[in-house]
Amino acid sequence: MSTSVKRVYGYLAEFESASALYKAAEKVRDAGYQKWDCYTPYPVHGLDGAMGLKRSILPYFVFFGGLTGLVTAFLLAYVTQVGIYPTLVQGKPANIFTIPAFFPVMFELTVLFSGFTALFACLGLCQLPRWNHPLFASRQFHRVTDDGFFIGIEARDPGFSAEGTRGFLSEIGGDNIELVEEDEKAS
Amino acid sequence: MADTATKTTSEASAPREVKLPVLEREKLVLNKRSYHWITERVCGIIENKQPAIWWALFIPSLIMAVVGVGGGLIYLVTTGVGVWGNTNRVMWGWPIVNFVFWIGIGHAGTLISAILFLTRQNWRTSINRAAEAMTIFAVICAGIFPAFHVGRVWMAWYLAPIPNANAIWQNFKSPLLWDVFAVSTYFSISLVFWFLGMVPDLATIRDRCKRGLKKVLYGIFSLGWRGSNRHWSHYEMTYLILAALSTPLVLSVHSVVSFDFATSIVPGWHTTIFPPYFVAGAIFGGFAMVLTIMIPARFFYGLGDMITMKHIDNMAKIILLTGTIVGYAYLMELFVAFYSGAKYEMAAFTYRITGPYWWAYVAMMSCNVLSPQLFWFKWCRENLWVVMGVCMAVNAGMWFERFVIIVTTLARDFMPANWKYYNASWVDMGLFLGTIGLFTALFLLFLRFLPCINIAEVKWAKEESDAHYDDKKGHPDEGTVVESAYQHELEKGTAEV
Repeated sequence: MSTSVKRVYGYLAEFESASALYKAAEKVRDAGYQKWDCYTPYPVHGLDGAMGLKRSILPYFVFFGGLTGLVTAFLLAYVTQVGIYPTLVQGKPANIFTIPAFFPVMFELTVLFSGFTALFACLGLCQLPRWNHPLFASRQFHRVTDDGFFIGIEARDPGFSAEGTRGFLSEIGGDNIELVEEDEKAS
Repeated sequence: MADTATKTTSEASAPREVKLPVLEREKLVLNKRSYHWITERVCGIIENKQPAIWWALFIPSLIMAVVGVGGGLIYLVTTGVGVWGNTNRVMWGWPIVNFVFWIGIGHAGTLISAILFLTRQNWRTSINRAAEAMTIFAVICAGIFPAFHVGRVWMAWYLAPIPNANAIWQNFKSPLLWDVFAVSTYFSISLVFWFLGMVPDLATIRDRCKRGLKKVLYGIFSLGWRGSNRHWSHYEMTYLILAALSTPLVLSVHSVVSFDFATSIVPGWHTTIFPPYFVAGAIFGGFAMVLTIMIPARFFYGLGDMITMKHIDNMAKIILLTGTIVGYAYLMELFVAFYSGAKYEMAAFTYRITGPYWWAYVAMMSCNVLSPQLFWFKWCRENLWVVMGVCMAVNAGMWFERFVIIVTTLARDFMPANWKYYNASWVDMGLFLGTIGLFTALFLLFLRFLPCINIAEVKWAKEESDAHYDDKKGHPDEGTVVESAYQHELEKGTAEV
């Protein structure tokens, strides 16, 4: 039987609309917080700028994924058709000049590899999937997938203080400010 | 003139300032529904008991699928492909007609989810999920036919790039192999796109479930999504990239399917117009299928405030446009056959129109080219019975198009001794009906278990979802926006639904 102790995850504050959240996010950014996030039921466009986020680096992964697909398809076609077992059919040459016939497969594998790279890079960058998260312990956080707009500031942020952060969140217009605690099994 | 305009639009403003009325865009969510209402309405479909019509459709379609596809394939495999009506000349027959038909249906789903996303057509938000589901299910139905058409289905692994026992590899110069790559890539990427788009909505359902198996399953598939903006940032980039990848992909898939025909030297097939003609036809047929399944779903589940008459109007216009492109392609094909002076090409087309398959040609022309012309009239686009009727005609017409292309051409090839009238067998028909059952059953299961409308994106499409919505108050244009008369009229019509 393990006893559980609580560890503070951070504060969660609700905002009434996307506009209110946007303005509050700018203030949190300007106050210099680092470990914080906005939680919204749908992607609010422009919020990245208000939070001071950089553009996602995902396209770089996809570029190299696509390149891998392209090279894979070319080698698959070239090595098998020209290298190890040339098949002389359709009056097409069995050398590099048959490459136009390889284009469809090269295109398809480029798309296939890019698509899966995009999926896995997205999951990697988001650190998903994960089974649980301290925020799910909150009594109001389930509304984030319905109609709730939240800002959460984590306790591991250097600027976090039990009183100061709470006051700050209420000052920028947050409602229902809640201290979110996660269960931690005592070992 | 300026003075009178000022007086009529806003009397309070300074005399010099002219405010001209601005016509508002049609709203995408009617009746000022709240975010919570959207969540409730879409999740309610999954959480509440299904209406009787759901069972009334599901049970027959399940029986059709089991008997038609299950029974048909067992009979086919245990007996041999001779049970199909395919003959020495018409080796492709119904199975390939059905393959091209189903794969074409899928294209509208990708068009709505990818191309309309890139072109920022925000009305796509409430129909993209169901259209993508339709894509997946249509490709599943399509895949059955070529897999079994190979003859000995246990040798279907020859399609994969693996050398056979004699170390011979697949022929990468063959359009049939391109097809394998194109269709399997299309299926995989469509599945990724569909699933990724669904993650936030699965999280919505997860958050509404009580503890139990349902919560665990929706929890697993929602990947622990929590609406974090740091995640949304990567997520939206992924979505954009997938849309940008799917756009050329969808165009390539039906182009590659058309290469199966166009790269041959058969008169009637060997034409450069095939890729664009097939792609336009696919989008055309796909949109008709989207409307065929969404209009009843909209009615029975009360989704009229999200899938508005504006959506139906837009789709009807796309059907009109693509139908007209298809009509142009039909006529251009005839013109080129005449103008090229190619004797065999001309003979092939004369045979198509006046030969024993004239009925299929007439069905194709009237269903695909004439019936969508009704959509020039606003009254027809607003009357759901007319819309459904035209869509049904288009669904049938697109099947006939593939029949005309495949069967009439193959039935009279270069060897007159082989000319014979083609008849499909009852196994052909049973399998085709079976895939209709399979498609319907899968779609009904989708309605039952998954969010059929993209909840997050519909919320996003509401005007107050804009981060700068509050700032618009006090904007110089305030007060000059007038409600679009067209929508006002429609809102009255949908209020009862």
